[in-house]
Amino acid sequence: MAITYTSGEQVEVYRFSWPVTILVPLAAVFLQAWVPTRLHFFALFDLPLLVTIFFAMARRSQIAGLLTGSLIGILQDSLTHQPIGLYGISKTVVGYGASSLGIKLDVENAGARFLLTLFFYVVHLMVYFGIARYLVSLPIAWSWQRQLWSAFGNAFLGVVIYTLLDRLKQRA
Amino acid sequence: METVLGRYKNLIVLTAVLFAQILGLAVQVRRTTESESSSLIRVWAVGAVTPFEKVLVWVQTSTGNIWHNYFYLRGVRAENRELKLEIERLRIEQVRMSQDADQAHRLQALLAFKEQFISQTMAAQVIGSSGSEQSRSVYIDKGEKNGIKTDMAVITADGVVGKVLHVYHSTALVLLVDDQSSGVGAILEKSRLQGILRGTPAGEVVLEKVMSDEAVPAGERVLTSGGDRIFPKGLPIGTVTRVSPGSELFLNIRVKPSANLGKLEEVLVVTTIDERQAATEQSVPVRAADILAERLPTVPPKAPDASNATPSTALPSGTKPVPGSSVPASAGKPVAKATDAAATPGLKPKSLTPAAANGASPGSPKPAVKTTTTDAPAAAGSSPARVPQKAVKPAVEPKPQPPAQDNPQ
Repeated sequence: MAITYTSGEQVEVYRFSWPVTILVPLAAVFLQAWVPTRLHFFALFDLPLLVTIFFAMARRSQIAGLLTGSLIGILQDSLTHQPIGLYGISKTVVGYGASSLGIKLDVENAGARFLLTLFFYVVHLMVYFGIARYLVSLPIAWSWQRQLWSAFGNAFLGVVIYTLLDRLKQRA
Repeated sequence: METVLGRYKNLIVLTAVLFAQILGLAVQVRRTTESESSSLIRVWAVGAVTPFEKVLVWVQTSTGNIWHNYFYLRGVRAENRELKLEIERLRIEQVRMSQDADQAHRLQALLAFKEQFISQTMAAQVIGSSGSEQSRSVYIDKGEKNGIKTDMAVITADGVVGKVLHVYHSTALVLLVDDQSSGVGAILEKSRLQGILRGTPAGEVVLEKVMSDEAVPAGERVLTSGGDRIFPKGLPIGTVTRVSPGSELFLNIRVKPSANLGKLEEVLVVTTIDERQAATEQSVPVRAADILAERLPTVPPKAPDASNATPSTALPSGTKPVPGSSVPASAGKPVAKATDAAATPGLKPKSLTPAAANGASPGSPKPAVKTTTTDAPAAAGSSPARVPQKAVKPAVEPKPQPPAQDNPQ
């Protein structure tokens, strides 16, 4: 059993079965593409990002985290009309960061999860906009009000989804 | 060396993955400037996700159809009655509109205007979206195998939706008009000011490039201008909701789209747009002298009772007196118009009936008009979607019938 120690507390490392590893990210991308056609407000959420953060924090492996983020992001990019790699790079960074923090912090309680999701959502946005504007020169604009609403909405939804996904975790 | 690699393994992998993706981005950016082609990853991703979306939409539609068609039939009779009344009302309106359209056609022909007609559309169902706030686009269940091509206009009965951006084998990606990268040539219905319609990060639609010294009232309709060569001219886009001073010299005009972009279920893809010059009815040039001869009071044959006829009651040849209508007080008025008409080839003399020359109001009874109109396969609900195949064959009847009694066919 791989166990790391942080501030004297034991931090457990989890793993997931292959079906869960493949199907949960696919389902997240699929729902993200399908639900907004029926519930327009759902476009505010970013289910693939929440799944990336969850897997990264649970596995607590930086390589696994960044690869998961990279693959989910590229899949998400493929469904948009924008160049492939915008979400890929953003989620790679988030996956790496979330797993790095997962090693050092207790990310099992709801409050910590809320704040971490809020933080990583903002990081994700900043990386995304940075690349889109200054690397690819896409004509996209930033709306503080909308992004703030979106960040809090995703943080709330994240706490709920993490609780559901906790049931799929297996101790390593 | 091994220790260093082991120590910084995570960072090295992170850097490698990021570098690979940035390289991929650079390649794509270069490729989009040359020729647009769908990458293999995109084709795979769309191929993996859209079948599930199609199945879900099919299940949802089937369930809804069973419920609505076999169980939930409350109020159907009343609705049917209302719809029949609506059809009657629309038929009457259609006659009036077709007459106006015919008149517009004649004028356009005189000015050698080229018109764009939606001659063929294809119905498609929305099966999914891009799932991103930064990419406002939807997937439809028609693709390359159905004849869909990039840059085809996508509309609903309410108005413009967007254009086809990427085409796959059995699906296509449609860029919505409220996306930040979209741009639609637009014109304000009354003031005829032109601008470019774009989306904002908040999902709103704004009309740009309208000078700030222009007066644009809220509530004015926005139509396609046809300048973008994608959307035919005259399709409804939306309504102006708010006007405020914008940056530099331009107004900031907010537009509410006519089509409900948040709840798209079925759309029409405009597969064929015909561009042709409005045709006149008479291809053979008419001499001015003939028109004048036709319009001038006829000389009655010498008959025993010929002295009873007075010039004031004489009518142009080929016409019969209209009961209740007064003959022009000055015979010179229609003649003067006829001269103008003769100077312009193609202008038909039918508009120069005595009633017209008298300045008959638009609401007055009009001559019966036979119109042959062929609907587009799926009419978009707007006037450009109706394709007048052959124009009007006027027949001045003895008793002009009110439009309500005319048969449009």
